[in-house]
Amino acid sequence: MFQSLSDRFTKIFSGLQRHGKLTEADVTAALREVRIALLEADVALPVVRDFVEKIREKAMGQEVLSSITPTQMVVKIVHDQLVEALGSETTEINLAVTPPAVILMAGLQGSGKTTTTGKLAKHLHDKKHKKVLVASLDVYRPAAQEQLKILADSISIASLPIVPGEKPEDITKRALKAAKLESFDVLILDTAGRLHVDETLMDELKSISKLANPIETLLVVDAMTGQDAVNVAKSFKDAIPLTGVVLSRLDGDARGGAALSMRHITGCPIKFIGVGEKVDQLEIFHPNRIAGRILDQGDVVSLVEKAMETIDKTEVDRLNSRIEKGSFDLEDMATQLRQMLKMGGVAGLMKMLPGMGQLKDKLPQGGVDDRAIKRQIAIIQSMTPRERRHWKLLNASRRKRIASGSGTSVQDINRLLKQFEGMSKMMKQMSSLNKRGLLKDGIKGLFK
Amino acid sequence: MLKKGWLSRLKDGLQKTSEKLTQNIAQVFTHTKIDESTLEELEDILIQADMGTAAAAQIIVKIKKKAFEKEFSRENVLETISEEIEGILRPYAYPLEILPKKPHVILMIGVNGTGKTTTTAKLAYFFQKQGKTVAVVAGDTFRAAAIEQLQVWANRLNIPLISRHMGADPAGLAYDAYQEAVKMGYDVLLIDTAGRLHTNETLMFQLQKIDRVLKKISPEIPQSCLLVLDAMIGQNTYAQVEFFQKCLPITGLIMTKLDGTARGGVVVGIAERFKLPIHAIGVGEDAEDLHPFHPQDFARALVGLKDLNS
Repeated sequence: MFQSLSDRFTKIFSGLQRHGKLTEADVTAALREVRIALLEADVALPVVRDFVEKIREKAMGQEVLSSITPTQMVVKIVHDQLVEALGSETTEINLAVTPPAVILMAGLQGSGKTTTTGKLAKHLHDKKHKKVLVASLDVYRPAAQEQLKILADSISIASLPIVPGEKPEDITKRALKAAKLESFDVLILDTAGRLHVDETLMDELKSISKLANPIETLLVVDAMTGQDAVNVAKSFKDAIPLTGVVLSRLDGDARGGAALSMRHITGCPIKFIGVGEKVDQLEIFHPNRIAGRILDQGDVVSLVEKAMETIDKTEVDRLNSRIEKGSFDLEDMATQLRQMLKMGGVAGLMKMLPGMGQLKDKLPQGGVDDRAIKRQIAIIQSMTPRERRHWKLLNASRRKRIASGSGTSVQDINRLLKQFEGMSKMMKQMSSLNKRGLLKDGIKGLFK
Repeated sequence: MLKKGWLSRLKDGLQKTSEKLTQNIAQVFTHTKIDESTLEELEDILIQADMGTAAAAQIIVKIKKKAFEKEFSRENVLETISEEIEGILRPYAYPLEILPKKPHVILMIGVNGTGKTTTTAKLAYFFQKQGKTVAVVAGDTFRAAAIEQLQVWANRLNIPLISRHMGADPAGLAYDAYQEAVKMGYDVLLIDTAGRLHTNETLMFQLQKIDRVLKKISPEIPQSCLLVLDAMIGQNTYAQVEFFQKCLPITGLIMTKLDGTARGGVVVGIAERFKLPIHAIGVGEDAEDLHPFHPQDFARALVGLKDLNS
């Protein structure tokens, strides 16, 4: 996520790090790179200008030049500025209204409104325990209403029955009535995708908005959107009272400059991000974490949170205490591998780890994939419990047995054991890092 | 309702781009002469049209050679920019041609939401108008109601749809569809596929499988593999082309959503870097809203020159 931006920044700042002191020329050079990086990341030009100027003002100040670690100061300024530009804090979805709370989803064609509607319905149902009704107002694109219905059915969310030929305004009225009568907590209205310059459809959107009086009006925007994000944001903001933005497709590579642009232009918080095609791949947007990600400081907080959701708590405690003690066996490795799979596999994890931006390019294409992890789990499962605890027991004949038991080769076993050694070494390092307080204070700790 | 000619529809589509760009350029040149800061501003404007820093810089270098410190009228500068853009695009503009051997198989690929299904339908209509027999294949067996969406189009155009149930293997479907196309003697077989992010390896493998299965029938199948690009998307388009090209031999590009967006400049850099033909552009949601890619019209409309109507 935001990989390009963070690659760029990492390069800029590793350049700065070579100097002992930060000169005015350094700042200018760095800012030029920042500008290009932001533009290439599809941040809209007005936003880029604003951003770069603010950094210049701050970086050129006395504070920086007299500082002992100028590089860290610039990183901090850029980081703070990013957080500010992205909206300093997480804003949750607002449902504080006499039910049903109406949520209106709007956006261009192909931005991912319907998928996001499904994800949001599931999120509100699973995490907020709300009774949710969804209704599609898209009478234009062939089979759009069916798409939402099928999606809703698949996640056991109620959807408004489709009446062929009904107008969007009438569907809205019927949906409101149904939501009230059947006492739903939340009604999500999925509108048709429309171009921001299509006056007829924008007028329709206005009238739907007035009719439905939504507490939340969310603009769904493709995270890959280019410079036009500005025009889109302005037009929708002028037409309807936006309350938030959802950025879809943030699971792709790179860019995501649209996040900065949308926030800047609409002034609305980014409330959710879509990170995959599955219905549960909707996450709450955390500006400071994303800023950290942009700076390639990693997203340790997200990682931990995701881990908490998918991993058995007692298992985590057990593992943590073992890591702290520095004792780590093959059984633990298997547990970790399983958790890795649960958390989205290697690719998912890599994106969240600090420093991986630079490493990523050096890894062989497809060198680590999830099938390799599954194979490794199979190998460990073919060992006896005693072998898992004391890997040094594994002599040639035992390795042969394990290989045939797991359908792999002795070489695979050897490779796994080597990797295990590396991992247990890393665990020891991590436990010492932990004591230094890096993980305790998170990213902020770096700037102290 | 009287249908407008395609040229004026293209113009309408690109009007927003033009207005914006013209307005900006006009601002630049009414306020200052052509010096370094003007050039810088001009570069920013091109970047704002999603041209990307590299492509914009290239054009600026040329402008600088021709116009630096000289008295230049606004029209002249626009002309120069449009010529530069046209010059870059010209070698890559050729129409999608159907080979005589039946059926000509076209595989439609791209990320989610770029308009693959709509473009598939538009292409079907395009070939139908040429008197060819066309069948469409609902290869998106993943997204809810994708099959129904193409079914509606097939009904509208009165062409056969070859489909299977949701979740079916698209490669198997493609193979069967080919056999049916041979049996029925269709001229063109259009295979729609599910949208996928180019970074999703599993889904990219699935796409390769479709291609592989078709190639087993005969190595030249699919004769065309078209990547559908969304004009709204900015510089990530480069990554999309790169990744899809690594996965499959792309034979051409189609850019959609040029009707409302004020951008689309990314095509300029894409053409130059990947040297892939741009076959057509999408400028609306109707079946006839797909037009051959004309570099001159595109470039001139992009910078807002007035003679598009002639």
